[in-house]
Parts: sequence; C-alpha cells; structure tokens
Amino acid sequence: MSGSVAAASELGAIPAPPKSKRTWISRRWLNPVLVAGLVILGVMLIFVIVGPLVSPYNPTDPAFDQPTFAGPSWSHPLGTDNFGRDTATRLAYGGRTDFVIAIAGTAVTVVIGLLVGLIAGFYGGKTDALLMRVVDFTLALPYLVLVIGIIAVLGTTPTRVPGLGPLPVNVIFAIWMIGWVTYARLVRGEVLIAKNMEYVDAARVCGASTTRLILRHITPNVMAIVIIFAMADIVLNILLLSSLSFLGLGQQPPYPEWGLMVSEARDFFLRDWRMMTYPGIAVLITGAAFGLIGDGLTQALRPKG
Amino acid sequence: MLGYIIRRIIVMIPVLFALTIFTFFLVRLVPGNPASVMLGPRATPEAIASIEESLGLDKPLLVQYGYFMRDLLQGDLGDSIRKKQPVTTVIGDRIGPTLFLVFYSMILAVLITVPMATVAALNKERWPDQIVRIFTLGALAMPAYWVGMMLLQLLAVKYKIFPVAGYGDGFFGHLYYLFLPAISLALAIAALTIRSLRSSILETLGSDYVRTARAKGLSGRSVFSWHVMRNSSLSSITLLGLIFVFVIGGTTIMETIFSIPGIGQLIVRGIFDRDYPVIQGVTLVIGVIVLLTSLVVDILYAALDPRVKLS
Repeated sequence: MSGSVAAASELGAIPAPPKSKRTWISRRWLNPVLVAGLVILGVMLIFVIVGPLVSPYNPTDPAFDQPTFAGPSWSHPLGTDNFGRDTATRLAYGGRTDFVIAIAGTAVTVVIGLLVGLIAGFYGGKTDALLMRVVDFTLALPYLVLVIGIIAVLGTTPTRVPGLGPLPVNVIFAIWMIGWVTYARLVRGEVLIAKNMEYVDAARVCGASTTRLILRHITPNVMAIVIIFAMADIVLNILLLSSLSFLGLGQQPPYPEWGLMVSEARDFFLRDWRMMTYPGIAVLITGAAFGLIGDGLTQALRPKG
Repeated sequence: MLGYIIRRIIVMIPVLFALTIFTFFLVRLVPGNPASVMLGPRATPEAIASIEESLGLDKPLLVQYGYFMRDLLQGDLGDSIRKKQPVTTVIGDRIGPTLFLVFYSMILAVLITVPMATVAALNKERWPDQIVRIFTLGALAMPAYWVGMMLLQLLAVKYKIFPVAGYGDGFFGHLYYLFLPAISLALAIAALTIRSLRSSILETLGSDYVRTARAKGLSGRSVFSWHVMRNSSLSSITLLGLIFVFVIGGTTIMETIFSIPGIGQLIVRGIFDRDYPVIQGVTLVIGVIVLLTSLVVDILYAALDPRVKLS
C-alpha cells in the first residue's frame, strides 16, 4: 500500500515523460480511444441504416409462417421473437428510432444552448440573471421527471414521419425544451473565462466588432467542451428515449424501439432470455461507442485536461 | 455561516417560485378541456363541471394561479381523480419507499465507488485502472431499466433468491426487498462517481500538502487516510446533490419494474390514468425534495470547507 502511494504521488508531482506510444502516432486525432469509438459507432450506424434496407422481414407484423422464439440461424441471425418477427430486423428498425431522436434532440439543443450561453455570458446583466434562474429550476428536477411532465401534457401518440414511420416526436420536443439548459450554463461559464483572456483583448484592440469577437474568437474556444459534452448527451438521450419507451411513454407497439423491446420481452424471459438481452446490448454498445468518442475527443481537444 | 445559509435560502426562492409555475401549467396546458381530458370520454357533464370549478378553469389564469398558490400554502394539492383521496395523502403514503430506495442505492454506490476509485488512482494507467475504466464506461452506457429487468428475471424469477416485487416489512425486510433495484441504480451512480473521485484523488496526491506530509516522514497509509481521502471526498460532496437528482429520476423506472409502492410509480401510473393532480403533486414534491437536498449539501460543504464562504 505505502509503496504504491509513494509511486502515485510522484506520478502526480512530476510530469510524466512523453509516452513512447505517442511518438508513432503523429496526429492527436488518431488516438486509439477515439478511433475505437468511431469504428464501433460506424458499425452500429451501418447496422441501423443498411439493416432495414436489406432485411426481407417486416419489423411490425406478426409472421405466422415463421417459428417463434427461434434461436440464431442463417435466416434469422439473432432468432425471432414471440410473434415470429426477426429480432435483427427489429433491432435495426428500433435503432433507427433511437438514433434519429437522440441525434435530432441533441443537435438542436446544442445550437440553442450555444446561442443562449454566448449571449448571456458575453452581455451579462439581466438576461444572464434570468437565464441562471431558468437553469437552476431545470436542474432542480430530474431530467426524466421533467420529460415525463412534458409528455403528460403533449401526449404519447407517435407522429408518422416520412421515410421513418411513426416516431414519438413529443420526446424530441421535450428534449428541445429542456436539454439546451445544460449547454447554456456550460457555454456561459466558458465565455466568462474566455472574455478576459489576452487574445480577446488583443482582438478588441485591433478593432474587431462584437459579432466578430463572439464568432471568430470566443466560439471556437468554447466548442471543444460543447462537443465533448454532446457525446455524453447523446447517450443520455438514447437512455432517456429507451427508458420512456420502456415505461410506455415513448415509442408505442407494434413499432420496435430498444427500450420497448426490453419491456416486451419481460413475459418471455424464462422461455427465451435472448429476447431481452439483445436490445440491452445494443444500447450498451452504442452508449460505449459515444463514451469512447467523448474520451478520445477530450484527449484530442484538451490535451492538458 | 448564518449569513451564508440565509443567502443560500434567498437564492432558492425564485427557483421554488418557478417550480410552482411549472406545475401549475402542467395541468392548464393540456390540449382541449383539462377537465374532460382528466375524466375521460365517458365523464358526465356534472363531473366535468365540478372539476372545472375546483380548478377554477372559468377564471382568468392569474386568478387560477392565485387559487393554486393559496391551496398550496395550506398544504392542499387537490384530489387524485382515480383514488378519490387528497394528493398529499397519496404521496405521503408512498414517499417512504422512494426515499428508502434513494438512500439505499446511494450508500451502495459509495461502497462500490471508494474502493474502485482508490485502486484506479493508485494504479494510474496500469491494468487495475484500465479495468475500472472499462467498468465505468460499461456502467455508464448500460440502461438501468435493462440491468434491473435482467436481475429481476434472473435472480428473482428464475433462481428465486430475491423477491419479485414489493417493499417488505421492517428495516431488514426493506433492505432485502429493495436490494435488486438499489444495486441496479448504484451501478449507474458509480459510473459517474468513480471517475470523479479517481481524478480528485490524483489531484490531491499531486498537491503540496501531501508532499509536505510525506516529507515529514508520515507513513503512506497515514498520508492516504488523513490527507488524501479527506480532501478528495470533500470535492465529491458537491457531486452528491447532482447524484441525488439523478437517482430520484431513476427510482421512477425501478419502482415500475419492481412494483415498489413509491412516488415514482405513482407519476407513471398518473400519466396512464390522466390523473393530472397526482402528476402535478409528485413533480412539485420531487422538486422541493431536490432543492432542500442541494441546500443541505451546500451548507455541509461550506461547513467542511471554510474557503466556500468567502466567495
């Protein structure tokens, strides 16, 4: 114990020499964590985009000519469910729903949060004070409970989206309404630091306009932390949608969604444990991929932290 | 110290106010006539009229809000439409299991976090650290409902080691009945706390006072327990408030899976039953609990770390 404490304290006190690993990777973007995350995410994306295009099966209608609870085979790589539907096909369609909602939800909240945070941080004053109260309030309620409250008002009826089928769009609206808050606070904090940096003063002295200051000098410096946080946020939103569907408040049957598939498998676990295992693993792999990308980006964009 | 507490409470007031406005509009913004939506398609006109009157729906919004606040200050959150009981009674009956589950899972999370974060920090960049890293990455991405469901099916339904549903009797009964939901939540919490404690231990290990302590000739064990852990856990206390919010949200799912009679299950059922007064009441109560907790955490932090009060 005491030996390892000493070793660790020395590690912390004296900057570690550059690793030999780093020398052959010439560019920081090629760090193994980031590459691993991108590769895993790529595989998942190909699965949910290409899967529905090549699959001969229908994801929603009961298939009476197919065996139910079938094990893996050449015609059904992941077996079939209680209605004889192909599990792999349903996972691919369901994954589409998760990806579309999580990415659409996160992308818009990033933009709103960035704008609000920039304005509040740069101008300060009453706008800023009001914003901070909204932030305090939103963070006082659990994300899930807040979304449940909004869903209670908007309803759970899915809307048909061209090319994607019925989607629980109200979940996206709920994410848009409250998701920006975290970004706004994050960006505001970063702007407050960046505002007093010498490079901003220098630009101001050179006669840069306020807009130019914000867009060309401050925004690029706060983007790193926003992008890193967005990776965690996408995972959070996938977990949110699948949790809501699991509770019956997101995607509605017979349409597939990962959380809903876990919930639907609950009565059949003793007969076929795989039905519940696959969708959970799908969420796990996707979440881990975004987690790795976030870690990798942290290493690439903030080498010091 | 007293000044700090008073300042902290004053900051809380506008947030409490916003909370009442949010919960107020939760019922008013329901598309269509809230009264007929609540009562469903087969409601009699008299029933609708009675709900409209009790909510004051024919009055201007500001007056309605006034009524809402007046009732709220008297501890009246309206009546549950399904259960025909005051919402305060319904929530009061069910808050115990929820709070028990929250604290249970937080304690389990601490028991998982401290050893794993310590081992990871003391073996930085070596294999124990990598294993802990993979564990946190997995635990972070694993949906809590899935973990709960798998544990339930495997350990309760299949092997019958744990009960399938309910809350149990007595303290140890609760501990036994709530173990599976608590451990599912604890894993999700630990994913967040292990990383934070690990980095704060590393930061403390590199600080001047730890070096001084070592230079004085203190043993590694004594430096670690007296200097490193004390200061590292201090910075983790601020995380407690955030985690509390997270766990309260998570109980909603666990209570539904494990049929625990708590307020999380109540709000989910409330949505299916269109029981808006219940949804409103639970949201408000959860908000108030969270605000009070963050107040306590902040005061605790200020009491333990005198530097906070200066800012």
